[in-house]
Amino acid sequence: MIFGLDNVAISVQNVSMKFNLSKDKILSLKEYFVKAVKRQLFYEEFWALKNISFTVERGEVFGVMGFNGAGKSTLLKIIAGVFKPTLGAVVVNGGVSPLLELGAGFDPECSARENIYMNGAMYGFSPKFMESKYDEILDFAELWEFENVAVKNFSSGMTGRLGFAIATSVKPEILIVDEILGVGDYKFQEKCEERIMNMISGGVTVLLVTHSAYKIREMCSRALLLEKGELVCTGDVESVLEAYGDTGSKKA
Amino acid sequence: MVLTKKRLIAITLVLMVSFFILLLYAPESLIGHRDDNLLLFVPKILFLALTAAIAIVFVLIFIFRSEYISAQLNTFSRFKYYLKLLIKRDFVSRYRKSILGVLWSLLNPILMMLVLTMVFSTLFRNMFTVAFFPVYLLSGQVIWAFFSESTTLAMTSVIAGEGVIKKVYVPKYMFPLSKVISSLVQMAFSLAAFFIVVIVTGAPFYWTMLLIPIPVLYIFVFSLGVAMLISSLSVFFRDLTYLYGVFTTLLMYLSAIFWPVEILEGSALQNLIGLNPLYQFIRYFRYIVYWGKVPDLWFNFVCIGFALSALCIGTYVFMRQQDKYILSL
Repeated sequence: MIFGLDNVAISVQNVSMKFNLSKDKILSLKEYFVKAVKRQLFYEEFWALKNISFTVERGEVFGVMGFNGAGKSTLLKIIAGVFKPTLGAVVVNGGVSPLLELGAGFDPECSARENIYMNGAMYGFSPKFMESKYDEILDFAELWEFENVAVKNFSSGMTGRLGFAIATSVKPEILIVDEILGVGDYKFQEKCEERIMNMISGGVTVLLVTHSAYKIREMCSRALLLEKGELVCTGDVESVLEAYGDTGSKKA
Repeated sequence: MVLTKKRLIAITLVLMVSFFILLLYAPESLIGHRDDNLLLFVPKILFLALTAAIAIVFVLIFIFRSEYISAQLNTFSRFKYYLKLLIKRDFVSRYRKSILGVLWSLLNPILMMLVLTMVFSTLFRNMFTVAFFPVYLLSGQVIWAFFSESTTLAMTSVIAGEGVIKKVYVPKYMFPLSKVISSLVQMAFSLAAFFIVVIVTGAPFYWTMLLIPIPVLYIFVFSLGVAMLISSLSVFFRDLTYLYGVFTTLLMYLSAIFWPVEILEGSALQNLIGLNPLYQFIRYFRYIVYWGKVPDLWFNFVCIGFALSALCIGTYVFMRQQDKYILSL
């Protein structure tokens, strides 16, 4: 088994994720009783992921590919700990910085300054540590002017920049990136990519979701392909890209 | 040995039965008068046995699941800064845009006490007389306000944490816990207000007032348990929030906050009121600040029993449901 091996960063073991699709959510006691009496408490089951297993080694840049609705984001959220898998287990060795959505976990009412500390604390970093990173974060996000402005007044580009700056400044061992490299203008994108490349050469493990074959080729050493919640293949980038093209042409 | 849920429940039951039998023959100094009403005596012993059993099971869990416990403690210490910031934010947002700021925390219980004192010393003055009524009133009010505020705030805390829960991993109990702790800070102000009233009315000081941390600990654990329970349930049943408001009001009238328990003499409620945990905590608090007495062992057991049971039930329900929150938010 893969337990205890130091060179494994992420190990996903037979993970399945089930969602209940109810036509309308039951959110009150009254509704619950009404539906229970009418015997309408049925859920449709939906397996977003079915029996997925793979491992990512330390220092690897691992691509996750698949069409919309294949379960990529669900998989990343499980690895980041947001979802708990219905079946199976995920073992992550090391501190994770998830970049799943723009401004994940930000409090819109709070200022950029407060959110930097808050966000850092969510990843388990002390205010003291965040203070030492504070300048670096605002420098990178280019948000010095908006230090004390509430995040709700930020544009999506600004929020994204702040989120990216925080997640990458705390020197994570594992970085999870979900298609958000499209944040901001091309200049900032280049800056982000440069930073990720620097982190990669510094030995950070990266899990990357993208639709761009170019980016996968450029950055990743291995990849996997998901289709409708099932693992189609894992392996070197070229073979996965080939399979990706095949499923695409089948669909078309 | 692996401690499964079934085994834990079995151990608890066996321990409880054996304690029950032991306690039936225990000396009177420990459990109070044996010639008590049998209807009260048996549940009393049963409750005592249950408390002792739960306490031992706690110890067992700590010994046999030490890995699990230390993992939990690790997570907790990783997120302690987050907890601190949550509490700080609560505090700041409470006083944002208010001129008097923190002073409100002192003024609010005093004003409340003034209103109630006026009502009861004029309108209902013939119903009962209580020495140092403002002190009596406020001693109940402080405890009740903490319970009601902490649980009401905690109830919606998980729902309010939706934005975070859906996108980042944080231990979900941080949300109710932070609300209960920030209410505890609030309670410190109410206690200050309480002592101001004691000085102003010239009520006596007792050395037993030094024991205040004990009932505060009891009510804190109890409120945390209730907070976990209802914050978990309210995720699935949003209308509980409205029901709970009615419930706390009812509880306020049943907890002998502004009437002396003697007026129940001879009525059926007299025996039942002891089953109200909040009444017990308030009585405990009054023992040490109002009557200047040291609560006996049995009284402590009752309070610990209520607090631990609430914490057990709350934690169990919360931990069982917490992975489903995200699907219902």
